[in-house]
Amino acid sequence: MSENQIINKEDLVVRFAGDSGDGMQLSGTLFSDASALTGNDIATFPDYPAEIRAPHNTIAGVSGYQVHVGNHIYSSGDKCDILVAMNPASFKSNLKWAKRGATVIVDIDTFTEEALQKAGYTDDPFTDEFERAYTIIKAPITSFTSRIGDAVGVDKKTAEKSRNMFALGIIFYATHKALDHTFAYLERKFAKKPQVVQLNKAVLTEGYEYADKLEVMHSHIVEVAKADQMAKGRYRNITGNVATAWGLLAASEKSGRRLFLGSYPITPATDIMVELAKHKSLGARVFQAEDEIAGICSAIGASYAGALACTSTSGPGLSLKSEALGLAVMTELPLVVVDVQRGGPSTGLPTKTEQSDLAQALYGRNGEAPLVVVAASSSANCFYWAYEAAKLALEHMTPVILLTDGYLGNGSQLFRIPKMDDMPAISPRLATPGDTEYRPFKRDPETFARQWALPGMEGLRHRVGGLEKAPEGNLSTDPENHALMVRNRQEKVNRVANYIPDQTVTGNPDAELLVVGWGGTAGALTLAVEELNNEGKKVAYTHFNYICPLPKNTGDLLRRYKKIVVCELNSGQFANYLRSQFPECAMTQYNKVMGLPFEVGELKEHFNSLLG
Amino acid sequence: MKLANPELSVWVSMGDGDSMAIGGNHLIHAVRRNQDLNVTIFNNEIYGLTKGQYSPTTKFGQVTKTSPFGTIDYPFNPGELVMGAQGTFFARTLDCVPQLTTECMTHAAQHDGCSVVEVLQNCVIFNDKTHAAITDRAVRDDRTIVLEHGKPMLFGKNKEKGLRFNGRLLEVVTLGQDGITIDDIMVHHEDTEDTGIHMMLAHMGGDLPVALGVIRNVKKVSYTQLYEEQMEEQMQSGKYKCMDDLLNSGDTWEV
Repeated sequence: MSENQIINKEDLVVRFAGDSGDGMQLSGTLFSDASALTGNDIATFPDYPAEIRAPHNTIAGVSGYQVHVGNHIYSSGDKCDILVAMNPASFKSNLKWAKRGATVIVDIDTFTEEALQKAGYTDDPFTDEFERAYTIIKAPITSFTSRIGDAVGVDKKTAEKSRNMFALGIIFYATHKALDHTFAYLERKFAKKPQVVQLNKAVLTEGYEYADKLEVMHSHIVEVAKADQMAKGRYRNITGNVATAWGLLAASEKSGRRLFLGSYPITPATDIMVELAKHKSLGARVFQAEDEIAGICSAIGASYAGALACTSTSGPGLSLKSEALGLAVMTELPLVVVDVQRGGPSTGLPTKTEQSDLAQALYGRNGEAPLVVVAASSSANCFYWAYEAAKLALEHMTPVILLTDGYLGNGSQLFRIPKMDDMPAISPRLATPGDTEYRPFKRDPETFARQWALPGMEGLRHRVGGLEKAPEGNLSTDPENHALMVRNRQEKVNRVANYIPDQTVTGNPDAELLVVGWGGTAGALTLAVEELNNEGKKVAYTHFNYICPLPKNTGDLLRRYKKIVVCELNSGQFANYLRSQFPECAMTQYNKVMGLPFEVGELKEHFNSLLG
Repeated sequence: MKLANPELSVWVSMGDGDSMAIGGNHLIHAVRRNQDLNVTIFNNEIYGLTKGQYSPTTKFGQVTKTSPFGTIDYPFNPGELVMGAQGTFFARTLDCVPQLTTECMTHAAQHDGCSVVEVLQNCVIFNDKTHAAITDRAVRDDRTIVLEHGKPMLFGKNKEKGLRFNGRLLEVVTLGQDGITIDDIMVHHEDTEDTGIHMMLAHMGGDLPVALGVIRNVKKVSYTQLYEEQMEEQMQSGKYKCMDDLLNSGDTWEV
C-alpha cells in the first residue's frame, strides 16, 4: 500500500447495489462479517426485489445490501458514504440513497447504450453536476474479471459471477481492511471447486490493487472506529430470523419441552423454518405443512400433545391463521406465532418492511379472543423476544404473537452470545398424572392460567376443542358460563402484566416531548433522539416491546408528557391502540408506509418541528 | 400431535364436509405423506349440522336447501381421492353393519401409515336413506361386495355373482352362466402396490356393486417412521448437542 492519508470516522455506511444475480447480498455480508471480526459494531439491511430473476439490467431487478459499521451502531443507516453500483439500473435507483459527496463506484463496462436505455436513461448519467457532487470511480470491472477468468481457465459466465469480488476488493481497500477473512470464507465455501476459489481470490485481490493505483482513493481511505462501548463477552453476527429460531430452540431446551414448528414458506419469514430445519440434533421438529392453516393447526395439535409449539409466517399468512388462532385461544394451549411483518395488505410488498399487522395481531379473530402480543426491536434481540414469547405462552397457557418485521428478520447485527445457564427459567404448567382434582379449565388463582394435561397422562382424560366449555370441561352453551369464560380468558391475558417489567424512558426523561415507538423501529428512533439531545434539545423516548398487555405503568408514564408523538411504519395502529386505553393523553403521530424503515434524518426533522 | 408424540395413536374423525371440502387439502396431503394417522370419514352426502346443504359427495342432481333445482356439482368419491394421492390404506363400511365396521377400524389401527376408513352413514334428518339403494336388507347383498384379501370377489345372497375384468372394465358375471367358473372371478389383493385395480374397485357403483371392506392395504414406510429415523440419526451424529454449542458455533470473537 502506498502512502495514504487515512480519515478516521465514527461510522460509515456502504451500499452494494447491482442486478439480482450480481451477488450483492454476499458482498454485503462478507464486508459486514469482516468488519465485525475486526472490532466494528455493525447493522445490515438487505433491500432486494421480490422477483427471483427480474429481467436483466432493469430497475425491477436491482438488489441492494446496506452495511453500517462503526463504533456504536443502532441502525443500518439512512444514506451511504460509499455506493457500489454494478450496472446502470442499480446506479439510477440507488443514487438517492447516497449522501452528497459520497464515493460512487460503478462497473463502467456495463454502461452500454442498451443497458442505459433499459435503465431509462436517455442521456449520459454522469452529468457535470453529478461529477461535482460525488466522487465517482469508473472501474472496468467486467473486463478485469474476464481477463482473470481467462487466465484461471474458467468460462465467461463463471468469471462474470466473480465481479462482486472486485467491488468488494475496492471497498476493503477504501476501508483499510485486510482480505484474509474473505479468503478464508472462499476457501470454505468452494472447497470442492479450487478453480472458483482461485478465481474469486484473484479478482478480490485485483480489485484491492486497482484501488491502490487510483490517485483519488489515496485521500479517501477511511478507518472506521472500533466499538468501544460494547459489553464484554463473546460476540457473533446474526440475522433477526436466525435469532428468532435460536430463541425458540433455547426456550425449548430450557423448558424441557420438545420444539415443534409447523409452517408454510412465506417471505420474509421462511428463514426461521429453514434455520430450525437444520437442528434436528437439538430436537427441533419442523413440519413443512401444505398451507398456513395446516401450519398453525399442526402446531396446536403438537401443543395439545405437549410440545413447545410454534408457527412462523408473515402478514397474509397470519390472516389465514386467524380462525385457528381462535382455536388456540379457546383451547388455552401454549402457542408461539411469529409474524415477520411485510408491506400489506394482501400479497402487498413481500420483500419490504412494515409494521402494519399490529391491528391484525391484536384483534384479527372472531369472538372475544384475547392473546399476548410482544414485539422484537432489533435483529439480535429477536432471540430474547422469541424466548420471552415462548416463556409467556408456556407459563400462562396462551397463544402469543411475536411481531418482528422484514427489516429485523433479514437485517443482521452483532449479538452478544448468552450462556444458557443465565437465561431465565421457564416453568410449563403441566398437570400431575393421577390428580383427581384436575379439571380442564380450573385456573391458577394468580395467573388465571389452566393446567396442561397431555394425552396419555394417567387419569387426566379430557377433551379440548373450539366449542365453549364449562370449567369442568364439558360443552356448555349456558349464557352465564360463556360470560364467565370470556371474562376469565381476558383476565388471564391481563394478568400477564403482573409478570413483565415496567416501561422505561430514555433520552431526557424531563423533556416536554415524548417519542413513542414499538417493535423494529428502535434503531432509528434511538439515534434520532440521542442526536437531538446531544444537540441541546430535550426529548424523551420510550419504546414498547410488550404490546398486549402493556406494562402496568404505561398510563402513568404517558400522562407525564405534554406532547407525545407515536412513530410507526403504518397509518397509526399503535397510536389508536394507546388512545383506546388512555383517552386522556393527547397523541400525535408520525407515520411512514412506504415499505421502508425510518430514516434518522426525517425523524429529527419532524421532532424538531414539534419542539418549535 | 403424532409428530410431537409418536407414541400416541391418533384418530381423525371427519365428515364429508371437512374431509372433502374445507379440509380436503389437508386430507390429501396427510395421505400423500403417509402420516401415521387413522382417518374416519363419516359420509352422509349432506351438510347435516348446518341443516341440509349439498356437500362434495352429494349425488349429482340432488335437490337440497342450496340446490333447489338440483346440484350441478359432480361429486367426489373419497376412495378415489385416496388412491389418487397414492394412499396406503382405504376401507369402506356401512353404518348399519357394526361387525364390518369394527373389522375395518381394527385393520386401520394396525396399518402403519395413513389409513382412511369411509363409513357410509345415513342422516336421518337431512338426507334420510341416501345410501338405502345399497344398504337396504332386501338389496344389500346384490348391491354391495365385501372384499376379502386373497379371496375371489363374490357377492349376492348365495355368493353366486362375481366380478371379472373383461380387458377394459370390471363386469358382473354369474357363476354357471355362459360357462363362468370360479376361475374366471378376480381375486382381491389388497396389497397390490399399483393403484389401478383398487381405483376401479373404489369407483364401483351403479351397475356394479359398491365395494366394502379393506380395498387397499399396502406397506410403505410411514412419514412418522422416516421422521423419527432422521431425528434419531441427527441426535446421534449432529454437530450440536446443546444450545451453547450452537450459540458459539461459526465465526465468534471475544470483546
